[in-house]
Amino acid sequence: MRLGLVIDLDTCVGCHACATACKEWNTSSITAPLTDYEPYGKEPSGVWFNRVRHYEVGDYPNNKTINFPMSCMHCENAECVTVCPTGASYKRPEDGIVLIDQDKCMGCNYCSWACPYGARELDRASGTMKKCTLCVDRIYDQALPEEERQPACVLACPAHARLFGDLDDPDSVTSRAVRDRGGYPLMPELNYNPTNQYLPPRTRPAIPTSDLPRGSLARKVKEWVNRVIER
Amino acid sequence: MNPSLAVIFLTLFSGAGFGLMAMVAVVNDFAIDGALSPLRTAILVALALLLVTMGMVSSTAHLANPKNAWRAFTRWRTSWLAREGVFAVLFYPLAIAYLGWVFFMNNDRDSVALLLGNVTALVGLITIFCQGMIYACLRTIRQWHTPLVPANFYALGLATGMTVLTTSRLLAHRHDLAMVSIACSLLVAAAVMKAIYYFWIGAPSGTTLQTATGFTGGRVRLLDQGHTFGTFLTREFSNCISPRRALNFKVAVYVVGFLAPIAILLAATHAAIGLAVLLAPVLAFIGIGLERYLFFVEAKHVVNLYHGRMPGPLPQMHPALRAGAKDTVPAGKRRLVPSYDER
Repeated sequence: MRLGLVIDLDTCVGCHACATACKEWNTSSITAPLTDYEPYGKEPSGVWFNRVRHYEVGDYPNNKTINFPMSCMHCENAECVTVCPTGASYKRPEDGIVLIDQDKCMGCNYCSWACPYGARELDRASGTMKKCTLCVDRIYDQALPEEERQPACVLACPAHARLFGDLDDPDSVTSRAVRDRGGYPLMPELNYNPTNQYLPPRTRPAIPTSDLPRGSLARKVKEWVNRVIER
Repeated sequence: MNPSLAVIFLTLFSGAGFGLMAMVAVVNDFAIDGALSPLRTAILVALALLLVTMGMVSSTAHLANPKNAWRAFTRWRTSWLAREGVFAVLFYPLAIAYLGWVFFMNNDRDSVALLLGNVTALVGLITIFCQGMIYACLRTIRQWHTPLVPANFYALGLATGMTVLTTSRLLAHRHDLAMVSIACSLLVAAAVMKAIYYFWIGAPSGTTLQTATGFTGGRVRLLDQGHTFGTFLTREFSNCISPRRALNFKVAVYVVGFLAPIAILLAATHAAIGLAVLLAPVLAFIGIGLERYLFFVEAKHVVNLYHGRMPGPLPQMHPALRAGAKDTVPAGKRRLVPSYDER
């Protein structure tokens, strides 16, 4: 089993709901708290597992704003785990989730150096590294109704831009989406083999601007009147 | 990368300590300039232990949670950092045994002393290799992901170690020409290897914001990095240096770290300069410390791409959002890396 997220860049509206839902759940979850530094101060900052960035792709008029949420990719080839000297970082063999044992971490930052996606953040208050847990304490919780056994970010997304599932199962909703929409991993050349995939925006015909209908006679008269009468 | 003093001191001092131990073994093996006296061997091994300890102690300042530092030896199967810890700890009993044997038997030429000395030196050299591989194994930082990194750590560690050893002999008597020539050759070799590294890291990386976001067909620029103020990622990875400043620092590395020690060592063999010869190792440490600072601050982690901060000195923000950002390259000067607008 290889659990992961598939993020739809076509529908993501960049509202940061996934990031705030993540913060809300995980600040009282297994690696709690996600410390905030000076939350009401001049320069608030803090630990987040999920960050949304915004890019412009292409040049006008063929440009598009892309909202780009990023969290841990739960890589197959997770070098953050292999470089960890203490054994605090580990990848669960049963579902591929990469986790950090907070009781073993010595806060050397080395795993964050090995991660190309910026998924790991040091909590200065606890002195340990923290990262996305794929809400491991939600997705297996038998006390929750089955439809809620999903990561908090996936449940919160108002645009359904986040899919959660087993990417090893060819019939899962995630694998289907990757297959149908041409999902891709980030920085494939580094060969980390990330589990999370991104779905590219759908291509749509360009909105025509040069061949607008000429309009009725009444409209032409109105435009002419507008031009000759100074307001 | 954040040029943390703790890691700069760790690699600088422990590298010099292991290099010193290795050169003590070499000098005694081949009886270079009549070998070292047992007392001088003992003093130099103690100095090597002191340097290694200084490095190790300063490295713990870099840990956010040092109470778990003892666990850092457990994952030696996969982690170069753990391997470095294991070999550094293995160095201590061997070096102390060698020191004790040489000091109490007052003999550094018998087979036990030679065997202990060489094994200790070998463990020290393996530790330098592990230390270099900590950086060289990271595919996320192109400036580090090169075999030149452990090679440079070797060259610089041996050169500083030999500079310390030669200085200690020059303080006593002057005509150690073989030792001075070895020290100068090692300094020159280290300088040349570092120059190869500096040329090497000038090449562009294959990873770009295009491959980082998957939009390889068009230009990608950052509109908003999604956080109002600094994060762990910006603090740890966003340190950078302007090409001009880096060039000035490199000149300083070569003048202070390599040329000045060579000149002082040569002067000490031909004239009585007394305690001034101590300047050679001091300047070597300052110059190579500066080199280590550059090693960190010039390393660019790929996560900077997501913040629109790579390559080039200025964040690659959309021009409309860059209001007030001052360019670090003065007007009229041609920049090494073209700015966002020029590209």
